[in-house]
Amino acid sequence: MKENIAFQKIYTKLTRITKATCSVKAADIGYEELALVNGRLSQVVKIIEDDVTLQIFSGTEGLPTNAEVIFLGKAPALKVSDDLAGRFLNAYGEPVDGGPALSGKELEIGGPAVNPVRREQPSFLIATGIAGIDLNNTLVTGQKIPFFADPDQPFNQVMATVALRAQADKIILGGMGLSNDDYLYYRNTFENAGALERIVAFINTTEDPPVERLLVPDMALAAAEYFAVEKKEKILVLLTDMTLFADALSIVSNRMDQIPSKDNMPGSLYSDLAKIYEKAVQFPDGGSITIIAVTTLSGGDITHAIPDNTGYITEGQLFLRRDADIGKVIVDPFRSLSRLKQLVIGKQTREDHGQVMNSSIRLYADAANARTKHENGFDLSEYDNRALGFAKEYSQKLLAIDVNIDVTTMLDTGWELFAKYFSPAEIGIKDEFVKKYWPQGSNN
Amino acid sequence: MPTKGKVKGIIANLVIVEADGPVAQNEICMIGMDGTELMAEVIKIQNNRAFVQVFESTRGLKVGTEVDFTGSMLEVTLGPGILSRNYDGLQNDLDRLEGVFLKKGERNFPLDENAEWKYKPLALKGEEVVAGSWLGEVTENWMPHKIMVPFKFSGTYTIKWMAPSGDYKINEVIAILADSKGNEHKVTMVQKWPVKLPVKAYRNKVRPFRIMETGIRVIDTLNPMTEGGTGFIPGPFGCGKTVLQHALSRQAEADMVVIAACGERANEVVEIFTEFPELIDARTGRKLIERTTIIANTSSMPVAAREASVYTAMTIAEYYRSMGLKILLLADSTSRWAQALREMSNRMEELPGPDAFPMDLPAIISNYYSRAGYVILNNGNSGSITFIGTVSPAGGNLKEPVTESTKKTARCFYALSQQRSDSKRYPAIDPIDSYSKYLEYDEVKEYISANISPDWVDDVIKTRDVLLKGREAQEQINILGDDGVPVDYHVRFWKSEVVDFIVLQQDGFDVVDRLTPIARQKFMLDKILGVIDTEMKFESFDQVASWFKKLINLFKQMNYSSFKSDEFNNYLKEIDQMLTEISGR
Repeated sequence: MKENIAFQKIYTKLTRITKATCSVKAADIGYEELALVNGRLSQVVKIIEDDVTLQIFSGTEGLPTNAEVIFLGKAPALKVSDDLAGRFLNAYGEPVDGGPALSGKELEIGGPAVNPVRREQPSFLIATGIAGIDLNNTLVTGQKIPFFADPDQPFNQVMATVALRAQADKIILGGMGLSNDDYLYYRNTFENAGALERIVAFINTTEDPPVERLLVPDMALAAAEYFAVEKKEKILVLLTDMTLFADALSIVSNRMDQIPSKDNMPGSLYSDLAKIYEKAVQFPDGGSITIIAVTTLSGGDITHAIPDNTGYITEGQLFLRRDADIGKVIVDPFRSLSRLKQLVIGKQTREDHGQVMNSSIRLYADAANARTKHENGFDLSEYDNRALGFAKEYSQKLLAIDVNIDVTTMLDTGWELFAKYFSPAEIGIKDEFVKKYWPQGSNN
Repeated sequence: MPTKGKVKGIIANLVIVEADGPVAQNEICMIGMDGTELMAEVIKIQNNRAFVQVFESTRGLKVGTEVDFTGSMLEVTLGPGILSRNYDGLQNDLDRLEGVFLKKGERNFPLDENAEWKYKPLALKGEEVVAGSWLGEVTENWMPHKIMVPFKFSGTYTIKWMAPSGDYKINEVIAILADSKGNEHKVTMVQKWPVKLPVKAYRNKVRPFRIMETGIRVIDTLNPMTEGGTGFIPGPFGCGKTVLQHALSRQAEADMVVIAACGERANEVVEIFTEFPELIDARTGRKLIERTTIIANTSSMPVAAREASVYTAMTIAEYYRSMGLKILLLADSTSRWAQALREMSNRMEELPGPDAFPMDLPAIISNYYSRAGYVILNNGNSGSITFIGTVSPAGGNLKEPVTESTKKTARCFYALSQQRSDSKRYPAIDPIDSYSKYLEYDEVKEYISANISPDWVDDVIKTRDVLLKGREAQEQINILGDDGVPVDYHVRFWKSEVVDFIVLQQDGFDVVDRLTPIARQKFMLDKILGVIDTEMKFESFDQVASWFKKLINLFKQMNYSSFKSDEFNNYLKEIDQMLTEISGR
């Protein structure tokens, strides 16, 4: 941090040092104020009389008791201006792309919540071309939704694809504990797509200290709020990986001797995550912040405190799964859910959207039951075999993540598959729609 | 002289204040900062140090900052004009706060001081009155709003003067009362009450006896709620807790609905803000917003105010109950409130109870639930608060402290099931795990017998048995295979499916199906029990499935049709015909 630090009082007597914090005797210090401890950025987390505890983002390795402590008199902030576009920054908002330092006005990060009565109900569809999302789990601007994924799944690729197709005015990437390879993947993908001008990235890689990660979501969302509020733009924020963010929270709370709650997470995990995700918003004047995040699971366990608290906060969740039938990754139609989809389905999309979506998922479920039946040694009926045929093609043509078609084509594809495998009575769709959309020339 | 203090320590929103005089537990103090004031509540006192929880962000606060103690606990302002408003947890009117973002220290008066109300006296000069006695009345939206002797008045008073009928502002004096010593007290239309204390301005509390209709069949038919009753809805995320609460807030037969959106998603409250001014209450023909007050303290708003928000909501409900009204109070979610308590207890380094929640969590929850209830007022009128809270159990595990503590105190348990939700059987209330203790109340049975039918309770028990037997049959079929069990097992299973599809499942998006009046519920249940009692002869199991699918489809169409319309009656005829055929063969 290059700050003007002349005329500031320097404290040089640390009274206590732990792995993540240090304490110093000082007066007239503001809560959550930033300080430099031998040049390392830190933040006030506790004040008792003149005893000030500082959390040092980069860790305390090698820190001596006579380290120089300089208080900066302000909370963490980001310099915002239109020049942010196209920049790659670290967790402190400092350039890592070799470009000039940021300029513009300082915006405090982790700022106050939006007054709920000043929000607008989200109602603009985000088209991604992926049918597993657009058809079954339609996303809406102002929504917040994570991928619940095992670490080996290609969530970064799917997120990058979604981001590029989403027609957002700006894409803000918050990378926490991102591997260097994944960081370069994002960078190259955005560059190849000619989208670098629309990107702002805050990157903390696996090489950086974990506690620094705690700043990344707030930095990304401060930038998002600048563009959404002041420029009335549609902003898409990508946060990957929120599990590593939560792990960093537990490190700090542990070092501060707090009593852990479920799964060794701090008791405030719900509020900490909600403060981030609730920044997703649709403003009445058109600006919006949409958050797509990644929460990696361990062994697919969604009852762990991190995915569990996330699920209570976000508006749905997306699951990826490898479909052995077609050898591709699909968006799981059973476990995935977009809570806001009913705000746009059949309103901004064709009238039959809701019914086609539900029927195809139900028929896909019939196929899953048939498969179980088969595995248990029972005979398959003629209907079961048709359901299995449908499921395979449905997976291939619609659920696979490499699909890229518009919603109307998805619906037409759905009707084609219905007609190929079933009779109108078996799909359970309103007669009115069957008459209108059942493919002509079909035998059924 | 009011007590003053100085900030000595800051740990997130817990602030330690050194006071120069007496301080009370739960007293409110104001911490001066950057030209504004942060509001805080005393939660622990040690010698001359008060531990206070600040209702806002403490960012930038410094040791040595001056603190003013107010001498009163957290209070809400009660008077005409609360209906249709959107408040935050501390009763600030959200619509009158400026700007897009909530600003630190910004507060406003919760009522409109300039509005004029058409006032009509109800009591006479010389009458003896006590706290809660009705002095006069104004009309709020369309409801009579009683102006009462303030709840803080203790003892008996004599009315010295009554304002004549006319238009008054809330701060104008409408009565002068004399206490037993002859001291005179002026009464306006506004009063204040500390939220953590229950309002007890009533004669007595009785056991609930009257069913509160919600139009939701799985509740009204199988697990009825009563006026003045308590219930809770636990369930993992994605099972439809909030959808169910919204349905209750739209449909329940109440004079007023108070919704405490406590620590949940802001977009869900926005849905209410957007829809309630448009939606019509089927019973009164009025806009839903006219009978609703919303207390919104969503998850990103200050954590300490979450606790305040549920108490603010309860106190407002108690105020309106004292006017002889039926109130439905909903809180979504009480778990978030409990988590706020946990965060604070943790910061104060108290010894933790299970899952790091404070030790007194069960007592806090049961005290809160006990403020609901059906009361007989001093003037013989009655009023009620029905309270339904949601619980968000961590990991969907119902053995966690908040669910367990709530289960001990709430009388109705609406368990949302992940399995039902996964198979899209909505509302996903598990019919077997859920219960309503009120079905065991003699008072409730009497009421049902007189108002629905003398056989109703027996019919409900019978319906539960059908579901239970169906579940057992299904398990056998799954283990032994379709043709490994007698055909009779399939019949038993499918009979339970009829109950499931036609009584339990309800299409919340269909204009007809989403609200079923009790008379219609009775008609349908009689019809379905008729199916259950029919002896059926089938040759093979696949015949059973296809016959029942057809039957269920007809019943479903009935659910979608207006009660006793031509369509409805035609489906009925078809069903009767199917039943005659299947039993006659």
